[in-house]
Amino acid sequence: MSEGIPLFPLSFEVNGRAVELEIEPQESLAEVLRNRLNLTGTKVSCEVQVCGACTVLVDGLPVSACTFLAYEARNKKVLTIEGLAAPDGTLHPLQQAFVDESAFQCGFCTPGMILAARALLEERPLPTEEEIRASMDGNICRCTGYLPIVHAIQKAAQALRSRS
Amino acid sequence: MSEKKREFYVVNHSVPRGDGVAKVTGQAKYASDVVLPGMAYAKLLRSPYAHARILSIKVGEAEAQPGVFAVLTGDRLEGLNPYYGHAVKDHPVLAMGKVRYVGEPVVAVVAVDERTAFQALDHITVQYEEMPAVLSVEQALAKGAPILHERTFAAGGFRGFEADVSAGRGTNICQEAHVTWGDADKAFAEAAAVVEGEYYYPMAYAYAMEPYVCVAEVNESGVTCYSSCQHPFIVRHDVAGVFNLPVSKVRLVVPFVGGGYGSKSYTKIEPLTAACAWKARRPVKLQLSVEEAVLTTRSDDALVRERTAVDAQGKLLARQATIYLNTGAYAENSPLVCEKAANRAAGPYRIPNARIDCYGVYTNTAPASSFRGFGSAQVTLAAESQIDEIAEKIGQDPLAFRLANVAERGEVFFPKSRPLDGDLKSDLKKVADLLGWDKPLPKGKGRAVGCTASDAGAYPVTSAAVRVHGDGSVSVLTGSTELGQGSHTIVAQIAAEEIGVPFEKVRVVGSDTAITPFDRSTGASRTTTLMGRAVLEACQDAVSQMRAMAADVLRCPVEEVTLMRGGVQRGADRLDWSQVLARYFGLPDGEVLGRAYLRKAGDLSQLPVFWELGCLGVQVSVDEETGRVHLEKLAVVGDVGLAINPALAEGQDLGAATMGMGIGLYEELIYDGEQLVNNSLLDYRVPRFSDLPEELHLALTENQDGVGPYGAKGGGEGSLNPISSALVNALYRATGVRLRRVPLLPERVWRALRDARHGRESCPAPTKQDAKSRREAG
Ligand code: FES
Ligand code: FES
Repeated sequence: MSEGIPLFPLSFEVNGRAVELEIEPQESLAEVLRNRLNLTGTKVSCEVQVCGACTVLVDGLPVSACTFLAYEARNKKVLTIEGLAAPDGTLHPLQQAFVDESAFQCGFCTPGMILAARALLEERPLPTEEEIRASMDGNICRCTGYLPIVHAIQKAAQALRSRS
Repeated sequence: MSEKKREFYVVNHSVPRGDGVAKVTGQAKYASDVVLPGMAYAKLLRSPYAHARILSIKVGEAEAQPGVFAVLTGDRLEGLNPYYGHAVKDHPVLAMGKVRYVGEPVVAVVAVDERTAFQALDHITVQYEEMPAVLSVEQALAKGAPILHERTFAAGGFRGFEADVSAGRGTNICQEAHVTWGDADKAFAEAAAVVEGEYYYPMAYAYAMEPYVCVAEVNESGVTCYSSCQHPFIVRHDVAGVFNLPVSKVRLVVPFVGGGYGSKSYTKIEPLTAACAWKARRPVKLQLSVEEAVLTTRSDDALVRERTAVDAQGKLLARQATIYLNTGAYAENSPLVCEKAANRAAGPYRIPNARIDCYGVYTNTAPASSFRGFGSAQVTLAAESQIDEIAEKIGQDPLAFRLANVAERGEVFFPKSRPLDGDLKSDLKKVADLLGWDKPLPKGKGRAVGCTASDAGAYPVTSAAVRVHGDGSVSVLTGSTELGQGSHTIVAQIAAEEIGVPFEKVRVVGSDTAITPFDRSTGASRTTTLMGRAVLEACQDAVSQMRAMAADVLRCPVEEVTLMRGGVQRGADRLDWSQVLARYFGLPDGEVLGRAYLRKAGDLSQLPVFWELGCLGVQVSVDEETGRVHLEKLAVVGDVGLAINPALAEGQDLGAATMGMGIGLYEELIYDGEQLVNNSLLDYRVPRFSDLPEELHLALTENQDGVGPYGAKGGGEGSLNPISSALVNALYRATGVRLRRVPLLPERVWRALRDARHGRESCPAPTKQDAKSRREAG
């Protein structure tokens, strides 16, 4: 690590577990998750808050972890793609719907896509197709042409509704 | 191989992808996730000049920084062969003596972490002497133009065609390709009608969401690279050349790849990363940013002058085209792009006379290389625009004109090539139906169709191995890379079908050159056709071995053993494969190894391996106030022979069409002088959710007419190729205004509409303004 930069403590919750760390002040949340916690499911692509690949949820709200300072997550709850499935490994309905609908190809956008969709469904449990397109517009997928993702989100919304 | 197959159990079904759970849970590992013990990180200092001599490089201060392990420059590569290239060996591992484009890597720093490496770059001083640069094809071909490459180069081992290398022969021409048949001059002189024009297809960035990344390790067992690359075997060849090693000592491992689209074809940063590891004596990771990825590879932009002639009956008579591709500073795969552009320029029509001349030209800009459908998209803008133009000139409907002129199934429409192995005529009709071709449209809306045929499949050398284990489960060893196209799912489906086991019992071991058998490449849409067929033949090999084993344990002639799904039977005796193996080996384990090698022979001796067809239709609306063109309806027909996995095949078609739509409507890399100005996602706008057309139709044509397994042939590029021309033609039909360049930026369209109102012709050259208007369009 670079010399001379004072480390300072960060305590927060990641995927339901309390985490205490020492970090450099300029570290992004994506760097901390990927490099210090080995949670490499969070992907980094554009690094300028355009593509959404690095989306994680902080206290339930989607943030771009590439530009979000890790320090800003102090005392908050962070959810990454690794924390979405049930503890027994059962996939979250969104994850299952993405598999069923072939809503990805290379999969590099997928963790961010699923977490952004999860935030959308928290806010609007049964979004219209138009609402999905509008709300997901900050997440880029270069492979699929988006339609299967729209279908997956609709399918997951139905599944979540019949579950509750 | 178009055996009409019995009913299918696994193949031809949309089984969920084998990599699904890994990808939705974040467990899928990409090269960017690879961490090796003791790994260091490299960062690059890049050239600020387009063309300059390097006078000196001072690195002492950088080397002295705490945490810095090594600093590498072009003249610290002694012991290595510093030039590589699969087509032309013109590419230095780091700039040697001079730089040829802004952004060319000049110095690499290896340090304990990325930040330390990055900060050390500030302590390096490079002295340059600027030289005149050529920034466009026109400048590069001008008399007395400065020459980028002063010397000739050895041809690389994997060019993919037999033509001479032009690079380094005293001009800036990197490669030329010429295709002629009939007598074009005579035909034009006798034609009933001719259209003529100049078209420009822009430079584009594939934006694979995972930028180039490589982790390399060099030790006594050789060089190992974990890379986000499409063609590990060709990269292996290049790295072996740089390090003077036998290929057995070079290992390329490709984990999941975060998108490729051609941009990760061939060698990129692997030789440099390996050189860093060699110098620093420890594993090194080089992770590029998006900005750096654009400077590593873009697509060739193309200026095309074309003319098309018809006879009095409305039959195509001749085409003639001159194509200039802006290849950038290094050849990369542009020589093949040049060749392919020439082959694809006339289009999938019955044309008795043609003359195509194509030039790939070095300029002092970022290197160009493969991009999905390479060559085809560039030339199709001109070719398919002119089909509509000439149809109009003789008063014909563009669809009817295409139907009257398109090549028939089985017709040899391109000299000395495989006859057309698809049914474009019926595909066009299908597209027109899906689009509602004859339904009236309000003012401001227009429809168009387009079609292409690309000589695809590259050179047919592919091998595969299939291991049937003692418990009846199966491993498939494939050198094809999983870029997201679903190759690992498809080969597993084929193995499950052939060995007769459930899909879930098949594991695919993906490309690792130390383990998986040779495959030339994963590109040119060749994987389903060639790897699919190699896996099928390897399964058949395993099955015939197991049948012989069954005869051995049943003590009978092999002819008495009949095959059933998942095993054999003889009279009342039925054995599944695990029973055959257990009895043969006398253990509850053991295995059978099936293998297959494909080469250019038999029904693969005629190239192309297959014609990859593109066929689609669009409906656009145009806002005359703002100039915004919106794709509201898209219909795509994939003529794939047989879809091993229909959902995946349709997914490829939609993905390719969407990518093509991006270039048709707003994607374009812009040079302002020597500087690429929009190499960030802030300024380079790719399609988003809100660009998805309101109405989408995807359909497949499955005539089992390919040379792949069960009559399959490749897809995944086809629908990108004709979409720009279709958008341009639809804009014309909506407004009466024809643009001969894409993207159809709102400002560009608005100006053209305004000029048309004032009776002016409009086709402006690229300007700085365009970058700005694109940003605003986003
Ligand atoms: S990587 Fe964070 S938004 Fe693109
Ligand atoms: S699946 Fe590749 S970017 Fe979305």
